[in-house]
Amino acid sequence: MGDIFTTIYNFLSGLLVGWGASPIVADAIIAFLAAAVLATCVLLILIFNIWLERKVLGRIQDRIGPNRVGPYGIFQTVADLLKLLTKEIIIPSGADLVPFFLAPIIMVASVILVWAVIPFTAKTIGTDVNIGVLYLAAVGSLGIMAVLLAGWSSNNKYALLGAFRAVAMLVSYEVPMILMLMMPVLITGSMRMGEIAAAQPIWYAFSMPLAAVIFLIAMTAEVGRSPFDLLEAESEIVAGYQTEYSGFAFAMFYAAEWAHAFTMAALIATLFLGGWRGPGAEQYPTLGFIYFIIKTYAVYFLSIWSRGTLPRIRIDQVMSFCWKFLIPLSLILIVLTTLADKIAQTVLMERFPDYMSTASLVDMLPRASILLAVNLVVGALAVWWIALLGRRERQRQEVAISHLAPVEVGTATK
Amino acid sequence: MGEWTFIALLFIISLILPAVPIIAGRLLGPRKPNPLKNSTYECGVETVGDTWVQFKVQYYIFALVFLIFDIEVVFLYPWAVAYHQLPLFGVVAGIVFIVTLAEALIYAWRKGALEWV
Repeated sequence: MGDIFTTIYNFLSGLLVGWGASPIVADAIIAFLAAAVLATCVLLILIFNIWLERKVLGRIQDRIGPNRVGPYGIFQTVADLLKLLTKEIIIPSGADLVPFFLAPIIMVASVILVWAVIPFTAKTIGTDVNIGVLYLAAVGSLGIMAVLLAGWSSNNKYALLGAFRAVAMLVSYEVPMILMLMMPVLITGSMRMGEIAAAQPIWYAFSMPLAAVIFLIAMTAEVGRSPFDLLEAESEIVAGYQTEYSGFAFAMFYAAEWAHAFTMAALIATLFLGGWRGPGAEQYPTLGFIYFIIKTYAVYFLSIWSRGTLPRIRIDQVMSFCWKFLIPLSLILIVLTTLADKIAQTVLMERFPDYMSTASLVDMLPRASILLAVNLVVGALAVWWIALLGRRERQRQEVAISHLAPVEVGTATK
Repeated sequence: MGEWTFIALLFIISLILPAVPIIAGRLLGPRKPNPLKNSTYECGVETVGDTWVQFKVQYYIFALVFLIFDIEVVFLYPWAVAYHQLPLFGVVAGIVFIVTLAEALIYAWRKGALEWV
């Protein structure tokens, strides 16, 4: 059974070879077409995603959301795009032109490139490179360069300040993100995204819930979503690094931001929610694509939800949460997981010869239960730790205001 | 076809796709610059001095600590891939490496390098 993508590939390949192209040329043409379609789809799906996000955010805030243009306001984004196209792209005086226009382009490119290694079905993946996870980390950090380029080239103090802050935050959250990217690699024993998705009869979110949560938090910060939306804290630094951008140059930043959030959802779906895996997905790969889309939108909904409900936190809180909590926690989790897993493997090898196998659900059970136990223990430790820190902070604040005399109502005029 | 050909093609396309609308916006949109419109936006106040000034050292300290950890993780990835074949000793060796770097984190923490003031 082939999936729709394989069918299309076979059809096109047959067509091109029939026209007299050599198989290598035919493959190159199909790869080019596939890349063009993939990149276009990543950008086009935003038209729907932005509408969805605004609609859901509206409902969360007890509003209706966009409802004028088209049925349920679904063409609102198209109207916004057309409007932006007719707006002037203002170049601020003293701007450094090349980085100024390079920044939005790199920003969008860094998001699109991630999709090259995401498996859509059991058989369809842009390219299953053997260092897929490392590629993700490398490409993902390209966006940080774009932020710095934009802030630096705008010749605006707010933009530069915003860019510096954003880069400090993004760079910090890169560490727990890459550390938690390592957990699926450890368990799967491969950096291929296709193999990581295929090795999840039990989703990694079930066997390693804490790793999934840390990865979700770190990715939310990488994407710059609430509560980590300090990249454009409008009450402090106007619009951050994009202050001086207008027209379609601004639209590209906007698009990259939205595409990044959707890409984050797809990554979590692939790495921790089993990607295309689901009942019947191996016999009918097309079904796997539907599972993948459903999981991606489930994570995306979670990210919209957090955006609609959580307030923004302060920059020093953001930084200390990362360096003093998330990174030590990720290190403890990695150390304890590898240690417990290896000891269990050595001890249980006689009783469960298939301990390391990821072939079926039954094979995976002993290992998954040990991983789950480690995650729950470390998770409980983390909750206790953060409650302790919170209590200390509250006490410190009470001491700090205790010297202030309480204001008595009605006595001030005497 | 190497597996990197696709990425190379996608890279070219992903640069062209956002460049086209920006160029189109430049061509289609109005272009009426004037000195006031092009001036640096600082909420209405005229800008004073140069933008590209010296920056607080705290940003660079964070960058340095990040660099240590980034390199650590890059060193850990081969270990993670080989983890399935490693004996218990090999895993403990990896853990010693992690603990050494955690020590560096604690040192930076105690020195106050992680304070955002």
